[in-house]
Amino acid sequence: MVAASLSTPAAAAGAGPGSWLAALLANATGVASAGADALAPSRARAAQILAQTPLPSRRVEAWRFTDLVPLTALSPTLLSPAPAEQPQTAAGSLRLSLDGHSDALAGINLPVGLEPISGDELNATLGKVLAATGSAELWPVLLNGATAQQVLALRVRGTVATTLELVSDAGAGEGILPLRLLLVLEPGASLEVLQVHRSSGANLTSVVLEARLGEGAELRHGLLAPGAETGCLLATVAVEQATGSRYSGVSAHGGWALGRLEPRLLQREGAAHSALKALQLADGRQISDTHSQMVFAGPDGRLEQLHKAVADGQGRSVFNGAVQVPRAAQRTDAAQLSRNLLLSDRARIDTKPELEIVADDVRCAHGATVSRLEQDELFYLQSRGIAADQAARLLLRGFCEEVLQELPEAARPWQALASLLGEQGR
Amino acid sequence: MIRPDAPVLLEIRDLTARVEDQPILKGVSLTIRAGEIHAVMGRNGSGKSTLSKVLAGHPAYTVTGGTVLYKGEDLLSLEPELRARAGLFLGFQYPVEIPGVSNLEFLRVATNARRAGKGQEELDTFAFEDLVRERLQVVQMDPAFLERSVNEGFSGGEKKRNEILQMALLDPLVAVLDETDSGLDIDALRIVAGGVNHLAGPDNATLLITHYQRLLDVITPDYVHVMAAGRILRTGGKELALELEERGYDWVDAELAATERTPAEVG
Repeated sequence: MVAASLSTPAAAAGAGPGSWLAALLANATGVASAGADALAPSRARAAQILAQTPLPSRRVEAWRFTDLVPLTALSPTLLSPAPAEQPQTAAGSLRLSLDGHSDALAGINLPVGLEPISGDELNATLGKVLAATGSAELWPVLLNGATAQQVLALRVRGTVATTLELVSDAGAGEGILPLRLLLVLEPGASLEVLQVHRSSGANLTSVVLEARLGEGAELRHGLLAPGAETGCLLATVAVEQATGSRYSGVSAHGGWALGRLEPRLLQREGAAHSALKALQLADGRQISDTHSQMVFAGPDGRLEQLHKAVADGQGRSVFNGAVQVPRAAQRTDAAQLSRNLLLSDRARIDTKPELEIVADDVRCAHGATVSRLEQDELFYLQSRGIAADQAARLLLRGFCEEVLQELPEAARPWQALASLLGEQGR
Repeated sequence: MIRPDAPVLLEIRDLTARVEDQPILKGVSLTIRAGEIHAVMGRNGSGKSTLSKVLAGHPAYTVTGGTVLYKGEDLLSLEPELRARAGLFLGFQYPVEIPGVSNLEFLRVATNARRAGKGQEELDTFAFEDLVRERLQVVQMDPAFLERSVNEGFSGGEKKRNEILQMALLDPLVAVLDETDSGLDIDALRIVAGGVNHLAGPDNATLLITHYQRLLDVITPDYVHVMAAGRILRTGGKELALELEERGYDWVDAELAATERTPAEVG
């Protein structure tokens, strides 16, 4: 079974994953040679490592349920998506469109408190959070590093009243859209960010966000990614937190042939607050995957994590929630809950908490549930005249809304639920 | 209000039902006419809650015999939602909490389903808000409860008020209220009972399922039925409820024992 699926895309491309990657790297370098750019040195390094790193196979624990081989059936070229139709921007937010090639800040007046990072400072900062969170060697991060042509890098000072929207739409074209983001929050800074990534074709959106939170800084971060049946998404969110900082991540992804999200959080000296709320959906033959990692490197840290998943059709949902509490992390208070809704006999849900606790004075709660729609809830709605299928839809929406309503206000025009459930025109 | 010439709304004949392999209803017969308030009383396990769930069409219960006619038509062949649209309402003993589904939206969808059943057009969100705010007064409910998820985090009394609010919106022909008095303090009981009295009229009927007399102090039934072991053992007027209150249920056991010619179980 595995062997068959391994051979198919490679055969389609006329060669193995190695030559797909080589072709992609050649294309990514080809673009770069057109002019000197800030990412050239790091891109060359990543390309070198990537060329020597085999595509993770399902024998590797982190990829046991998620097969990357279908990626190699995609065109090994870089995408330049045309500007896509977008809903109106919510009041109080600034939308930046990311297409992988253009400078997203060109012609933009940044709100007070935001300024671009460039030059030596960028070189000195970029990749640091990836390294600190152990993300630098992850295959999706290497792929991103080896192909990204642009980085959006911003420093945040004080309280930024405007919500920053970072938006991409890979569109219907074939190829790879690598996006690289860096946020540095100075001590006491506060920012709200919403990432929106969409696609409607046979392509890969590769996103890497690095965020460094200084002492007492606060980042409210939303990520909404409604995909396409043929599209792939590999998103990594690496966050390094100083003491007293607060990171709150709310994510929702679904509808991708392969969608994988990897939030990787580090509380560098503990004593920070981290919250992760996630919803993922898998229908048809889709795979929705989240591998999260939380590391408490010092005492008195907190984590609140809720991961919800819905699997329908022959969809497959994967959740792996790693929490590391080494000896230094006394009085850590971490709670992780995985709640899963299985809507079809042929769908599959794999959920796994992965707690490594060495410190002895900690509270670490975890739990996982997998259930179908509750018969009593369905009957209650039916007894009020609501037809069974509409009742099931209401309950499904209720299940999803618990997470979606936590997205930043700026997500409202994107109609998160309808887009994730494929109820829109797209 | 008893009017012998009033139309029959609900006619239950020799109804038997089981849950899993356990027979619960063993031949229930009951006729309810427009304008009447009936009370079914009985111990826990007598089958009175099962009767309410079978009438509403709960999938866990299997009807094994008998008939139920609703306005002269077979009720049991209808899906639960069609029964509700036709005007049958079940007030739940334990209203279900539905996280993430807004109470207001739930009430609107339910109201419009019932309106469709009556051949009326759907209400848009604005027209519905007006209606719901007016009906809130029937149960003296805080509009803040509309913004919350269905029954989530509601107290026992708030849940029961929400049930009566739904009844007020759905305008049922036959309302079956299952232990609506349970878990209510005396003030909440008065408000809920006041709502039921307000909604009872000459064209509809109410079936109260209850354990205690105290609900019947505030809602006066036309008929009281005593249920035991899956059957209606005796039917009388409101004085029967008082007799039960005074004498307890022991005589029911004795009477049951006499009819079945088997020893009564005590306890």
